[in-house]
Amino acid sequence: MPRPNVFQEIENLRREMDRMASELFPFQARRQGTFLPGRAARQYPLVNMYDDEKFIYLEALAPGLNTQNLDVTVVHNTVTISGEKLHTAPDAKPEQYHRSERAAGRFVRSIELPTEVNDTKVTADYKNGILLITLPKAEKAIPRRISVKVG
Amino acid sequence: MAEKTYPTTTQQQEIVPEWEKTRTEERYIAPPVDIYEENDALKVVADLPGVDKDSVAVHVYNNILTIEGKPTHKASGNPVYSEFELVNFFRQFELSDAVDSERISANLENGVLTLTLPKSEKAKPKQISVNVS
Repeated sequence: MPRPNVFQEIENLRREMDRMASELFPFQARRQGTFLPGRAARQYPLVNMYDDEKFIYLEALAPGLNTQNLDVTVVHNTVTISGEKLHTAPDAKPEQYHRSERAAGRFVRSIELPTEVNDTKVTADYKNGILLITLPKAEKAIPRRISVKVG
Repeated sequence: MAEKTYPTTTQQQEIVPEWEKTRTEERYIAPPVDIYEENDALKVVADLPGVDKDSVAVHVYNNILTIEGKPTHKASGNPVYSEFELVNFFRQFELSDAVDSERISANLENGVLTLTLPKSEKAKPKQISVNVS
């Protein structure tokens, strides 16, 4: 006799509950899933990486930070962004809140870069809530163009 | 304070084949907000990363507060790895009569928009002293 798959059963149950919830509250259920990952489960800040021939650009989505509470370090080819997003109103009591969707707290994230970088010339700019880190590629990581001779 | 989205004129679905349109519908996301109440005002704090002073619009019409933002931030270079996309921000809230919509003030700093919605006089809490006889 085949053993029942527990995970499959849980998944079926979850789907069934989702379906029931969506029938009860059709508008609410469509707007967001029933089981969203918690804030701590997500990586913060989210990053985008771009590059060109000489630089790597790392963009982090981190609105509302104070640059004094922000730390960017580079070791070999790993960038670490750490800091603290402060509460906008630390004195506000829970009963004063109508909505609280913006998270606050300490964070740290390390991002591995695809190439070695020249860690003495890294610059970081914070503008409109986006942190832009510009990392010059190490001399040996810059591609060298080799001319092809026609024999 | 209930969130309410007012649809722009919705037309009845006609039974005609759907053709691809030359102009795609604008994509937007709802920014996360904190709303908290102070003694004399309601504060709305919204995260609008990549939006600057000229590309944010806040307006109140028929007691509906609308926050709109178009990120102006442009990236240089070729994408290598991507976790987020900057699309337009849009969110609406229905205000009660207790908000004095004439005196709403807004401040944008580091991608965070803070709106101060002053309470109208009649909505302010009043202390009533209790006399012990």
